[in-house]
Amino acid sequence: MKKSFRRISERTVQGIFTLSGSITSITILLIVVFLFREGMGLFRSPEIEKGYALCVHASNPVERLSPKSVKAVFDSEITNWNAAGGDDREIMLFRFDEIFSLYSEEELGGENYSLLPQKLGEVIGQNPGIIAFLPEDYLPRENVAVKVLPVENISPVDFFGGSEWMPTVTPAPQFGVFPLIMGTLWVSIFAILIALLPGLGVAIYMSELAGERVRKLLKPTIELLAGIPSVVYGFFGLVTLVPLIQNTLHLPVGETALAGSLILAIMALPTIITIAEDAMRNTPKSMREASLALGATHWQTIYKVIIPYAASGISAAVVLGIGRAIGETMAVMMVTGNAAVTPHSLFESVRTIPATIAAELGEAPSGGTHYQSLFLLGCILFAITMVISVSAEIISRKRHFEN
Amino acid sequence: MKKIIVTSVLLLSILSGAQAQKIKGSDTMLPLSQKEAENYMKKNPSQTVIVTGGGSGVGISALIEGTTDIAQLSRKIKFDEKQKLQKNGKTVKEVPVAYDALAVIVHPDNKVENLTREQLEGIFTGKIRNWKEVGGNDLQIIPYSRETSSGTYEFFKESILKNKNYRNGIMSMPATGAIIISVSQTKGAIGYVGLAYLNKDIKAVSVSCDGGKTFVKPSMKTAKDGSYPVVRPLLYYYVTASESRVKPFIDYILSDEGQKNVSDTGFITLN
Repeated sequence: MKKSFRRISERTVQGIFTLSGSITSITILLIVVFLFREGMGLFRSPEIEKGYALCVHASNPVERLSPKSVKAVFDSEITNWNAAGGDDREIMLFRFDEIFSLYSEEELGGENYSLLPQKLGEVIGQNPGIIAFLPEDYLPRENVAVKVLPVENISPVDFFGGSEWMPTVTPAPQFGVFPLIMGTLWVSIFAILIALLPGLGVAIYMSELAGERVRKLLKPTIELLAGIPSVVYGFFGLVTLVPLIQNTLHLPVGETALAGSLILAIMALPTIITIAEDAMRNTPKSMREASLALGATHWQTIYKVIIPYAASGISAAVVLGIGRAIGETMAVMMVTGNAAVTPHSLFESVRTIPATIAAELGEAPSGGTHYQSLFLLGCILFAITMVISVSAEIISRKRHFEN
Repeated sequence: MKKIIVTSVLLLSILSGAQAQKIKGSDTMLPLSQKEAENYMKKNPSQTVIVTGGGSGVGISALIEGTTDIAQLSRKIKFDEKQKLQKNGKTVKEVPVAYDALAVIVHPDNKVENLTREQLEGIFTGKIRNWKEVGGNDLQIIPYSRETSSGTYEFFKESILKNKNYRNGIMSMPATGAIIISVSQTKGAIGYVGLAYLNKDIKAVSVSCDGGKTFVKPSMKTAKDGSYPVVRPLLYYYVTASESRVKPFIDYILSDEGQKNVSDTGFITLN
């Protein structure tokens, strides 16, 4: 009786474990599918804000405006149609809201604005140089003096190759993620370069040189570093590191990629140190003793035997450190200035992908192009970290084969 | 016994949830609404008011979806938001509860005192890049902006930049506090913050919106008498159908006591 009860309870526990394992895997898969489904919707969305269209006068020879030139026109950088492929005529901008300063609500047909399309048509008809940004519901379609410019979908080329990230610009938002990808990689890679030497140094000291008492004190201290909330690092960086960089290097701004890299380096140190130290301590005693027995000094043993033996573990430490740095949001957001320009040096402000998502998702209307573009940024980040964890996995597997 | 406690707690929370009024929207208005809600609940212990932020746009979409009773906006409702509300069969009522002035701030060592709206537009759209072009030292201008989710960002773009876009690669900070720290540390910096945030680490410049005829320094007094040009209303929106539910709270804000909370939190009272 007791035996069978135990068997049943063991079976149940096994079943629960299997179930929770599969539920976790399915959830992760679903999240990934959701992420990509939302993100890919961007390439099926129009270049012009959803539900709106651009209209010009019918006599205007311009057939199509790229999102870039639409933005230039509405920023008054292009003020003549001949710069956009049309006649020599001054461009007149007309935003939809301006109709309400021309006509009262009664003149537009009251509550449901029944006369609105007609009035808009009149305005466009009177101004041959006009470009009007209007909601699709009120387009004066039957008016012969009005030409509606065709709208294409957002192209992947503009998305991945564009150099301007301005997702809230009307009428034509600019989704160029190149500066954001570069900013993310730039900050993370320099963070690892900065953290690598001190990290390795501490790892060697802790595994080989430090006495047992020092090690027992040092290890928890370093692990404590990993427990500090990232916003605290960010605040520390903003009030101490940023002015320090600015004053010592005589820069016009202190919020630079360098500040971000330094903060990330400090944050990645615990990961690098603990993993590298574990790898070094795993060197078999027989190998150390063989080296010492052959007459090598302690230091020769470290860099001729232990470091080569632990090389794959050290690389895994570095790769995981990069992974930690790439996904970091809050600390970076506070110290890098978040200017979306492609970085050329360490002393410029950069904007990273996680910071962009965190800063903008709150206001992006759900389902809109801005929202979709942020999900696509998430997909890019996912792809980058995926590559990193797979390479970490491959590197550490290599170590097992060598064993 | 445990079960009874759990169920009663659940029941209580559901019941009180049904009575609670929810306010959602602009982060700028968060301290104001929180203070109003706190004092209102102290006066009327049977009532619960829950205030959450997220941004003006978030507030309106919550109102459309019916997940909030009041939306707080630091800008006027947009035309397409109004359309969406109408499509859902809802008409909204707008109530201004306070005013907020935006101050343009620079580093205290900067000798520039006055800027016209046109100069500010040039600086934030990237046409003016050195302080000597506007009467200052030969120093690069570093403009700081808020993130795009902020109603302050929208309002500044509308009133100062005349709907033109900020320059590509402007420094954008996640919060007003971060702008103040950055401007106080950077010699060439310029930024914009709500009047309530002004302190001695930064200097507010006088602004002119009439082409340089009169420059007005931002202060509680100039914002109140209407001479300072960069002032915006802070608004509550609610669905007319739920008027009876939200009316007591809104009446409280408009009362003398409620308006005292407005000036206590650093905003400008209605009259």
